[in-house]
Amino acid sequence: MTPALVADIREKRYPGARGAKSHVALADLSLQVAVGEIVALVGPSGCGKTTFLNIVAGLDRNFAGDVRLTPRADGQPARVGYVFQEPRLLPWRTVCENIALVLPQHRADAVVRDMLNAVGLAEARDRYPPQLSVGMSRRVSIARAFAIEPDLLLMDEPFVSLDHDTVEQLRNLLLKLWRARPTTVLFVTHDLREALVLADRLVLLSASPAHVVADLPVSLARNRRESGPEIERLREEVLRYHRELIGAAGAATPVE
Amino acid sequence: MSVAPSAQRTSSWRVTSSLAQRVGSVALFIAVWQIAADVAHSRLLPSASAVFIALVQQSVHGPLLFNLGITLARVAAAFVVAMVIGTAIGIVMGRSRTIDALFDSWLVLLLNLPALVIIVLAYVWFGLTEAAAIGAVAVNKIPAVAVTLREGARALDPSYSEMSESFHVSRWRTLRHVIMPQLYPYIFASARSGLALVWKIVLIVELLGLSNGVGFEIQLYFQQFDVTHILAYTIAFVAVVQLIEWAVFQPLERRAGRWRQ
Repeated sequence: MTPALVADIREKRYPGARGAKSHVALADLSLQVAVGEIVALVGPSGCGKTTFLNIVAGLDRNFAGDVRLTPRADGQPARVGYVFQEPRLLPWRTVCENIALVLPQHRADAVVRDMLNAVGLAEARDRYPPQLSVGMSRRVSIARAFAIEPDLLLMDEPFVSLDHDTVEQLRNLLLKLWRARPTTVLFVTHDLREALVLADRLVLLSASPAHVVADLPVSLARNRRESGPEIERLREEVLRYHRELIGAAGAATPVE
Repeated sequence: MSVAPSAQRTSSWRVTSSLAQRVGSVALFIAVWQIAADVAHSRLLPSASAVFIALVQQSVHGPLLFNLGITLARVAAAFVVAMVIGTAIGIVMGRSRTIDALFDSWLVLLLNLPALVIIVLAYVWFGLTEAAAIGAVAVNKIPAVAVTLREGARALDPSYSEMSESFHVSRWRTLRHVIMPQLYPYIFASARSGLALVWKIVLIVELLGLSNGVGFEIQLYFQQFDVTHILAYTIAFVAVVQLIEWAVFQPLERRAGRWRQ
């Protein structure tokens, strides 16, 4: 297996404010993600999942350890697309300008058109983000991440705090985009069902300071995952397993 | 969309009514002035009509337009220099705690330095030159711009900067599309107060050390106690500055804020 990402974090510590004790967010967290794989990071809220994604994205260099992204075939550094928990669209730029911002100028027009068609927002290209619905904003944010043809796509609870139907639509859209533009995906969630529906592999994290407590492949075929009884049974199973693992470490509620 | 036309009508009605209020307010001012001049009946308080006639005469036959142009050019130069340097200093101080701690007291000192002192020192050190005059005016305005922009730079939303950093957006594009739009409200605020301050100081600079411009002319008329011409020059200049506010600042601000509608 060719890894797209090899992360080996010995420690990530946040300094305490004015004499308060410093807080260790991650400790001995090792993770490999193979090219083309979809990996879900599952863990209790506040366990340091976002911290980990920010480190992988290169936004946080203040940690002890090593993160390596395999370079592209042409020797260029790997491209990372990031879908943040909030869409983080510039409210003062149009939908089209928001996507064009992350692209080289000469290709921007064509790529923006393609991506907006792919997420069904061709009509909204000249609108400003405050005029979009929550679901549309998320779609733009996903389109922006795919637009750069990422080697690694990071997603931080991309469907959190949305209604059930919107989540369903976005999830299908994401799988559709992924099939047309295969890439490696690392996404964070605290929703076990979502992780089971989307991922090839579940990586379960402990409570803070986070480290990997279990690494489970999801062997269920993708077309049989549409929230049937099978997925429910799997969810129960993983949940029990995770409780046992984390319970031993003395944590309260593991995952939902 | 049935809402749009009626909303449009309401807003255009509002514009008309606020315009009527303005015109009424100006008319009232002129009326009060005219009555006061009639009552005082003195050479030292000329009537509005006398000032208006002097204004027209000085524009057509006198050097009013020439002096107005020269003063405006100085205002523009000092304004641009102050805005660019003040903005740069403000952003750097807002982003770097070290630099802020190092130069904060300099800023306080400059803020409290009287305009007159700066002007006199500039003339003493650099001579009665155009550059010294414009520089002195700019130095008067720079600290205020820097303080406002420092507030703006401190209020920048880090989530947008993280977004552009994670997508490797170039520094120049980040500045233009991510940083500056967040600073526009602060830039407009300091540009407004800046224009008002700069043109007043330019008159003093002209009065103290230059041989043309509105300030120089006012000094000449002051020596003759010619209030009519002093007011004619003043009104001409106030009108031009107000025109700049309407024709330049307000449209620019609307353009920058169009995403809010």
